[in-house]
Amino acid sequence: MSYFISKYADELAKNAAYIGTPGKGILAADESTGTIGKRLSSINVENIEENRRALRELLFTAPGALQYLSGVILFEETLYQKTASGKPFVDVLKEGGVLPGIKVDKGTVELNGTNRETFTQGLDGLAQRCQKYYEAGARFAKWRAVLKISANEPTELAIQENANGLAMYAAICQQCGLVPIVEPEILVDGSHDIQKCAAVTERVLATCYKALNDHHVMLEGTLLKPNMVTPGSDSPKVAPDVIAEYTVRALQRTVPAAVPAIVFLSGGQSEEEATLNLNAMNKLQTKKPWSLSFSFGRALQQSTLKTWAGKEENVKKAQDALLVRCKANSEATLGTYKGDAELCEGAAESLHVKDYKY
Amino acid sequence: MSAFVGKYAEELIKNAKYIATPGKGILAADESTGTIGKRLSSINVENIESNRQALRELLFTSPNALSCLSGVILFEETLYQKTSDGKPFVEILEENNVIPGIKVDKGTVEIAGTNGETTTQGFDSLGARCQQYYKAGARFAKWRAVLKIGPNEPSELAIQQNAQGLARYAIICQENGLVPIVEPEVLTDGPHDIKKCAAVTETVLAAVYKALNDHHVLLEGTLLKPNMVTPGSDSPKVAPEVIAQYTVTALRRTVPPAVPGIVFLSGGQSEEEATQNLDAMNKLEVLKPWTLSFSFGRALQQSTLKTWAGKKANVGKAQEAFLSRCKANSEATLGKYSGGSAGGLASESLFVKGYKY
Repeated sequence: MSYFISKYADELAKNAAYIGTPGKGILAADESTGTIGKRLSSINVENIEENRRALRELLFTAPGALQYLSGVILFEETLYQKTASGKPFVDVLKEGGVLPGIKVDKGTVELNGTNRETFTQGLDGLAQRCQKYYEAGARFAKWRAVLKISANEPTELAIQENANGLAMYAAICQQCGLVPIVEPEILVDGSHDIQKCAAVTERVLATCYKALNDHHVMLEGTLLKPNMVTPGSDSPKVAPDVIAEYTVRALQRTVPAAVPAIVFLSGGQSEEEATLNLNAMNKLQTKKPWSLSFSFGRALQQSTLKTWAGKEENVKKAQDALLVRCKANSEATLGTYKGDAELCEGAAESLHVKDYKY
Repeated sequence: MSAFVGKYAEELIKNAKYIATPGKGILAADESTGTIGKRLSSINVENIESNRQALRELLFTSPNALSCLSGVILFEETLYQKTSDGKPFVEILEENNVIPGIKVDKGTVEIAGTNGETTTQGFDSLGARCQQYYKAGARFAKWRAVLKIGPNEPSELAIQQNAQGLARYAIICQENGLVPIVEPEVLTDGPHDIKKCAAVTETVLAAVYKALNDHHVLLEGTLLKPNMVTPGSDSPKVAPEVIAQYTVTALRRTVPPAVPGIVFLSGGQSEEEATQNLDAMNKLEVLKPWTLSFSFGRALQQSTLKTWAGKKANVGKAQEAFLSRCKANSEATLGKYSGGSAGGLASESLFVKGYKY
């Protein structure tokens, strides 16, 4: 890491630290065209560019919401889109004090000879793409690696390949001025208990940080986007305090203090669950040298989506719903969430889809 | 858990945390018979058991010094020695809330095919030996791995071999109730600059913590004993603040927060240098999730040894010298050292090229 040389070093550290500002977090609005199509069809909305644009405009112009966000992850199409009145989304975000980010991976493919484990594509021409995204206003990037827990999984091969992929991606991003969010998601699918999830999470994170060191990535200019440590989806649920304890301990054992912030993915958790768990972590009295925040997709947008239902006349109510979740999660990053957010229809609904493919 | 949680887990966590108490540190008094011989001969004292016993008695009975210490590392012989009145050293330490520790490695040997790089011995019957030491009162252990900086060093082989060795030693200790001090010393020898030392230290520490994770070591029940990040011995010196900056940055990039304390080795630094550097680190305004303290051998004993010179009549003065260094370092762990405890002896460099323990 002392081998790291980039003209962007100071900027990367500054932006990574900003994203970790207490009270703020990330809206993950980077659903690919295919994935957003599934969301739109669940509310009977056609998957055309105008509707994708309208949804994102709804989110980014929601009054009062941007103050709770330090970053928004975008899909490539969205990076170049504008509001109905012609203002680039990137400008809307910047004016709201929100850093634009960009999803740069190209999805997963199966690893030969494994039980459907995967690695993530997207390294070809990545540097050129990152430079273009930087020019368009992006200041951070995201790359999702996926692992699963099962009788013999994750295998050493899958862990190594995904860790190496993340490290290469991260190194390239930093050379191009983008703060890499490192996302090694361990799927919640399965009947394992929370101890198993903890053990796997610790092993995976340790491998990731060794790989980042090998690839000379400057940790001060990165963020981590891990899963929370929870029981498997087919196992009995546990209280937020338990999730908090196991999660923070796993992070203490693996994530160096140089990493400024950890922004959790929500996986299949409901909006309310995700918020309560994040809140419990921030209330925990123990060593936490990184800030703990959110990078939520479904767990920020679910109620909003349902309330909108694709209708212009619902936009305001839908924006109110988004504001409720943003504010709740902002409080959760401070450990002050009282669980009293007005629950819109669907806020307590589990968002778990077995074997979810983005 | 990834970590092995055996019957000693709670005790290990408690002891590691205690050793990391702010304001306290470790006296490394574990010089092997051969090594202490060199020290004794430098003051013209014969290397016989009674002299070795007398020196350690001098240290352990120094009035008020033990309150600055949370642990003392002993060599095997010393673990079973007593004062001239017949009181076991271990009891004296325990009564003064100082945890006895034990050096368990058996020195280094060269790795064939490398340019003088080494690996550390000591695995044979290590578990059984740890059990014996636990019965004798030891509650932590120490194992020194050594790496050097050169044009092609440290090699990946040397890094891996030493990291794996440290991890295996660590888990065996934990299985037997001893908190392992993990010591991956990167020697200062060489003309390299501080940036090179930083890069190597970060690479080494990353490999060490990956190995500890692989071997299921419970980090909350360990301590780290690293080198400070400094320019090579043949390079111009830099200010304590610079050493502090590079050292703490390296540690923040590699040492997980679960580790309760970091206890630096002094290498070839003079007593005063070591204290000033430690103090600068604790003054640094940056988030440090582990305590930063000392595990000094030469840097705590040098003046004391010279003042004693093997003569009973000098014991009182020698103990005062020892107390003075203990207090200075205790203050340094709190970032409160104001300097000025440096006599001529305290500023003497203790660097020996290619130092062999």
